[in-house]
Parts: sequence; C-alpha cells; structure tokens
Amino acid sequence: MLHPREIEDRLERILLTVQKPGRYTGGELNQVVKDWEGASTRVALVFPDLYDIGVPNLGLAILYDLLNKRDDVLAERAYCPWTDMETAMRAAGIPLYSLESKHALADFDIIGYTLPYETLYTNLLNSLDLAGLPLFSAERGAAHPLVIAGGHAAFNPEPVAPFVDAFVIGEGEEVMGEIVDAHQAWKHSGGERAALLRRLAQIDGVYVPALYDVRYHPDGTVAAVVPLCAEAPAVITKRLVGLLPPPVTNFLVPNVDVVHNRVAVEIMRGCTRGCRFCHAGMISRPVRERPVDQVLDAIEASLAATGYEEVGLLSLSSSDYTNIVDLVQKVSQRFNGKNLSVSLPSLRIDSFSVSLMDELKELRPGGGFTLAPEAASERMRRTINKFVTTEQLLDTARDIYAHGWTTIKLYFMIGHPLETLEDVQAIADLCKAVLAEGRKVVGRKAKVNAGVSTFIPKPHTPFQWVSCDSMDAIAEKLALLKSTLRDPGIKLTWSEPNVTLLEAWLSRGDRRMSAVIHRAWQNGTKFDAWQEHFDIDAWYRAFEAEALDPNFYSHRARGLEEVLPWDHINSGVRKSYLKQDYQWSQDLRFREDCREQCFACGILPGFNDMRAGLPDDAWKCPPVKGKKRIPA
Amino acid sequence: MNESSQTSAPVETIALTRVRITFGKLETMRYVGNLDMHTVWERTLRRAALPLAYTKGFNPRPRFQIAASLPMGATSRCEIIDVWLEQPPALEEIQARLQRSAPPGLLVVAVEEVPLQSPAMQTQLLAAEFEVTLLDAPPAGELDRRITELRAAETLPRQWRGKAYDLRPLVEEIERLAGEPPRLFLRLSAREGATGRPEEVLSALGLDQLSGRVQRTKLIFPL
Repeated sequence: MLHPREIEDRLERILLTVQKPGRYTGGELNQVVKDWEGASTRVALVFPDLYDIGVPNLGLAILYDLLNKRDDVLAERAYCPWTDMETAMRAAGIPLYSLESKHALADFDIIGYTLPYETLYTNLLNSLDLAGLPLFSAERGAAHPLVIAGGHAAFNPEPVAPFVDAFVIGEGEEVMGEIVDAHQAWKHSGGERAALLRRLAQIDGVYVPALYDVRYHPDGTVAAVVPLCAEAPAVITKRLVGLLPPPVTNFLVPNVDVVHNRVAVEIMRGCTRGCRFCHAGMISRPVRERPVDQVLDAIEASLAATGYEEVGLLSLSSSDYTNIVDLVQKVSQRFNGKNLSVSLPSLRIDSFSVSLMDELKELRPGGGFTLAPEAASERMRRTINKFVTTEQLLDTARDIYAHGWTTIKLYFMIGHPLETLEDVQAIADLCKAVLAEGRKVVGRKAKVNAGVSTFIPKPHTPFQWVSCDSMDAIAEKLALLKSTLRDPGIKLTWSEPNVTLLEAWLSRGDRRMSAVIHRAWQNGTKFDAWQEHFDIDAWYRAFEAEALDPNFYSHRARGLEEVLPWDHINSGVRKSYLKQDYQWSQDLRFREDCREQCFACGILPGFNDMRAGLPDDAWKCPPVKGKKRIPA
Repeated sequence: MNESSQTSAPVETIALTRVRITFGKLETMRYVGNLDMHTVWERTLRRAALPLAYTKGFNPRPRFQIAASLPMGATSRCEIIDVWLEQPPALEEIQARLQRSAPPGLLVVAVEEVPLQSPAMQTQLLAAEFEVTLLDAPPAGELDRRITELRAAETLPRQWRGKAYDLRPLVEEIERLAGEPPRLFLRLSAREGATGRPEEVLSALGLDQLSGRVQRTKLIFPL
C-alpha cells in the first residue's frame, strides 16, 4: 500500500478538482493524532457515507473517544468520498485512507464500520473495494485488517454477513475494548485468521457469521442457523452498558459545513413507550438516564471545547426523561443570553411539552415545533401503540400556536398493518384541523408541514411478521394525501416509496440477500440513500440475476412459527413477548408505558446479573410484582 | 421588570472596540473555503470567550469582517479579520486566548486596535502578492521565456466561470524567484471586480493550474 507521504502528494494534485475538498483532509479541531509506531492496535473507524453525514454521528464519536483514551490503541476515521472524489482517487491510484495520518485503510489492524441504517450496505462494499481489500471475509487473510461492524442495522446482520468478519450486537462501549484485547492476544500468538475469528466468537455480543451455516427449507424460508464450532454460541445476545458512562465532550469540529453543526448530549437511552413499529425502542431497552448535573456539565464542557452554537439533547422520548423539568430550567438558567440554541427532539404530544419548549424559548432553534403522531385514526393508533387522542393533539397544537410558533411539523407513517384509506383520510383531516387551530390563533401565518413516510416492518419488533403494504396501496394513499392537502398553509413531503422498498429488502433479508447486494454494487449502486444515486432498476436486475424474488422479503407475511433470518440475534426482548404484542395489535389492544408496569419483555431476566449489581433506579423498569424470583 | 428600569433615560450603549487580527491559514486549513472560514472564525472567537459584539436582529451573529477571500488551496500568513468587541481585555490577552482556541492551521500573527470608523477592509484592498511553488516547472530558461512573453503581451484574454476577461492588466508584477524548487512571485490586482487569480496566471504560462502551491504573502492597502 502507498505510504502516507505518497498519498498526501497525490491528494494535492486532485483536491482542487473536487467539490468541498475540506471533507478529505482531516485536521479538524479535536481530532486525535497519535504516534503510529507507538500503538499496538490501530483501528480505522468508518462511517460509510459522506463526511457531512458521518462527522455528526454520535456513535462513532463515542468509539473514537474511548479507543483513543487507551494508550496502546490509535483510532482514526474514514468516510466515503463523494463520486467526484472517488473517481479522482481511483484515477490517481489513491486507496481509501484515514483522515488523521493518511494511512491506507489496509494498513490498520481493525476496520470498524458503523451501520446505523441499511442503505449503507453498498457503500460498505464500495469502501472495502476502494481500500483495496477483498470484499468477502473468506477471501481475507491474516495480513488483512479485521473488518467489524456494529450499529442498529447490525441487529439483522445476515444481508451483509459474508462481507464482515465480526458484528457487534448492541452497545459498543465495553465490547470494543474486549475486541481490541482479543486481537492483541491473537497477534501475539501469531495464529491463523480462523483462530482470531474463533476467539472473537467467544466474546459476548460478538457474532462471527463465518462460524454459522444457514440452512433453508425448499420454499426459501430459513430452516436453521447452525453453529459450526464449539466457540460459536447458538444465540448471540446484545451487549448493553448497565450505566451510561459520562458523555463525550471533545467533539470534532469540522472546518466545512456538515448536516448537524452541534454538540450532542444523549440524555437517555432506551424508551418505555412500546410503539410497535419502532426498531430503536425495542432494541435499546432498558431505559437508562444520565443525571441532570452530568448533562449540564457535558453541555458546558463541550461548548467550551467546540465553540458550537447549538446543543441537541438526544433521546428517543425527551418528555419521558424523569427530571426533564429540572433539566430544562437549569439549561435555560445557565445558557440564556449566550446566543445558543438548544433542541429537544421527540416530545410527547401534550401541553407539558409546550411548556418545556417555552422554558427554552430564548434558546429556541429556528423553525417549527415538531410532533410525531404517526397515525391519525383511533384504530391505527391502537394498532401501532402510539395513543394520543385527536382532541389532545388539537389542544396541544392550539397551545403551540398560542406560544408564538407559527409552524407545526407533523410526522406520520402510512402503510401500517390493517390500514385503510379511511385511516389515511384521517391524516389529511387532522392536518387541516391543526391548521384551522393555527389560523384561529395566528391567522394566515399559521403553517403545517406534514411529513409522511412509509412503514417498514423491522426485525425485532412486534410487526416483524407482517408484510409491507402493497406498492399500489401506497401509491393510492399518497395520491389521496396529495390531492386532499392542497391548502397553501400545508406543505406535504413524503418519502419515495421505492427507497422504502429497498430499505425493506435490506432490513428483512437473509444471508442469500448478500449476493443481491454484491450484484447491485457491481451494477453501480452506491449512496442508495441519496436521491441522485438511487437506482431501483439496478436492484431489480440484481434480484433477477441471483434468482431471488424481492417480494419474498418485502411483501410476504411470515408465519409466527417461521425461523426468521435474525432469530439467532437476541435483542433482549423475547420472541414470545413480540408475538403477544403483535396479537395485541391485531386486537387493537393498547399497551401502557412500561415505566408504570412491567410487561416482562425479557430484558430483566436476560440481564438479571447486571441489574443486580446496579442501584435500584439505574434502569427505569418498575419493580416486578408477584413472583419474587425471575426465572432466567 | 421593575419601574426603575423603565425610566426614559437614554439607553446606555456599551462602547465597542474594533480589533484587527492578522492571521495565517496554513497547510491543514488550505482547503477550507471562504464561507466556511467565517464559521471557523466564529467558533474560534466563541471558544476564546471574548466579549463579542453581536449584530441586531432575529438571528444575531458576532460582528466581524474578513478583509479578503483567499483562493481555495492557498496558504497565507497575512490575512486580516476585524472583530468588534465589548470592553475587551488587553491585546496580548486577546492574542493568547485566540491562539489557544484556534484550530490546527489557523495562526494568530498579530492583534491591534483600529479606529471604529475605519473603512471596511474589503473596499480598500488594492492588490495582493503571492509566491507560487511550481511542482512540475519547465527548465528555468523556458520559464523565463514564458514570463517575458506574458509581460510583453498587450492582452491576455481568458475565461473565468464562463465570463471573458483580460488577465493582463491584473498582473502587476511577475518574476521567477531564485532557488529550488522553482517559485514565482506575483503581484495581482485585488480591487473589487478586478481580482487576479494565481492559477489563471499559471494557465497563461502554459502550466497546469493544479501544479502550483500558492502562498499569499502580502495584502496591499492604500497608505
């Protein structure tokens, strides 16, 4: 591989020919540059999308910080170059390199990919190729870097299983260090690559796909996923950290504009609401909160370290954070008058949320007030388990307009299980009703922005068995919304149904799907989440070439007894619980917030030992009534 | 709010101080565009915790002006930014805080106070001087011949972003500097609407636009 000096010399000749060259140079404030020779393990952390998207990613920032805190480890970063840069790099013979030291990725010991969403899969392949590495794990040897991946998409690793040596299932904070240790021990032992893989398979939460054989029934459904050696556990249970460690504060500050130019502080992980469509809500249990003072100190320290003007307080459901009032009051006391803006996303639909935002009014980011009802009819709200009455929503809207906001953003999904055109009509009616409330309060200035996405039944959720809504039905539902919501006060945006379809294939696929991904990449697909690169025909051709039926993955209800391609990955929530919750959705039965009452999703017995070593209130699971002993 | 704060006494305005900072944009910053440099400065000023004056209005921004945009890819040690501060600390303290807060590649060369009513730097700039290191230069004799030819030319018609213009009057001086690697000295007009670009001069010399490492060495203002 080229030496960093050669890479730099070649870069100098191409950087002025590409858009936004500052993406490709590194040198940002707070980047960590360590002595290459002095590190025992060198890790390249890759976010396989454009720099602009990757830099603000909190997951990668956490791993970068934590790996670089180890004296014996060096962690650097890489992102996918935009196509102009990729073309220039390939023409100049420049491999994918790390931004810090300009080392070729192939020179690292470990390449760690974060896969927060599935439309990055072709970029995963493209970046391995640009790095000059064999795409398939089986073709890589002891001299190649170990390729690992984690993130929310990794909860169904099968579609990319042949390309990745090991997956981290769940939270990376602790397991990352264990992987580095195992790699070091293997390196000292001078063993074969297969020995490294067997070593990794023994780490809790690490899945090594090469050590499993997937068997299929004649109809294409999975018969079994069979471990091939003693080191490979039959079920891989996700990792989680019992207590959230203090948050990262020394964020990288890019010199060029990126999608979120802000400090991000995760105030809470997990969610107790139990919305049935929500992948994150199911896989990130249990709820753990950071103390108010820790959050405040982190905001202060990161603002001083970065000079950012914006703070995002992240969680899946801000209103549910136990001490939210206290937090919001203290944030406004400390930071009012400092020309800052503070965003508090994912608020519940009630007047309480309006009062929270009002408390932050001097720190208000520009733009509207966002609510995510997701559905508009009572039947749908019960189906998806996101229950808010229309009356409550209109009261909240009135309150929002009365407090000075002129725009309300409403997020909905169409294509929910059991959904009919009447349910979609209800979305249109609701948007109009909200606008009517706004006009009563602020007149013609009132605006409603309605964002409509299409539901995908995600693995590890109670809807994992259902089929996607048919493309015809989606088209009909979108047409209904477009024709009904023609008011100049309402702006309707929607996600492209074909993009959603691709996400459905990729998220619900089995291991055979990897051949389709490989073929689609050969057909030229990459940056699938980007409209200008999205090419559905290339995907259809790939399915055809691999003799697989796309509808088998997206438009087929799966039997409750079927072995799902991701069944050997344990999110901590039991399949029996998901089945029950699915049944409840069919019965339009609402399940309450599980902060109030434990519904035995499986987290507590699954992580009993961890919980036992923690303070009682470390997790927001209520005390379990009845049985004293929880059977494991 | 109590009664006493609502008297009709004139609102006390805080006296502003205008501080001129000479700064360097070095290797790691050279691919950062001018728009992004504003953000880089804004964050540097915030980290330095200096008492910034903000513009009025719905979206207040810190008050500062960068004198001259620098071509993408060029380095410099002579860039200028004026910053408005409210009751700032001593100049040495400002300089120390800024240098501590600056990202890699942003060098604080000097800090001085200038009169509040000084004209905007952008409107005053006359010319800029550059040193261009040539990465694949022709032999010295050939280079000299091309320079002589360029000097002798009446006009140098060129296109910039689809617009025809004459480069010749924008080239005030051009020389080959002694030593290795070969370097050019350029003095180019930098008046509003009449700004010469170093890479355009390279093209006029028959060199690849990307084959020069450009450093701006001086900004020239009226005496």
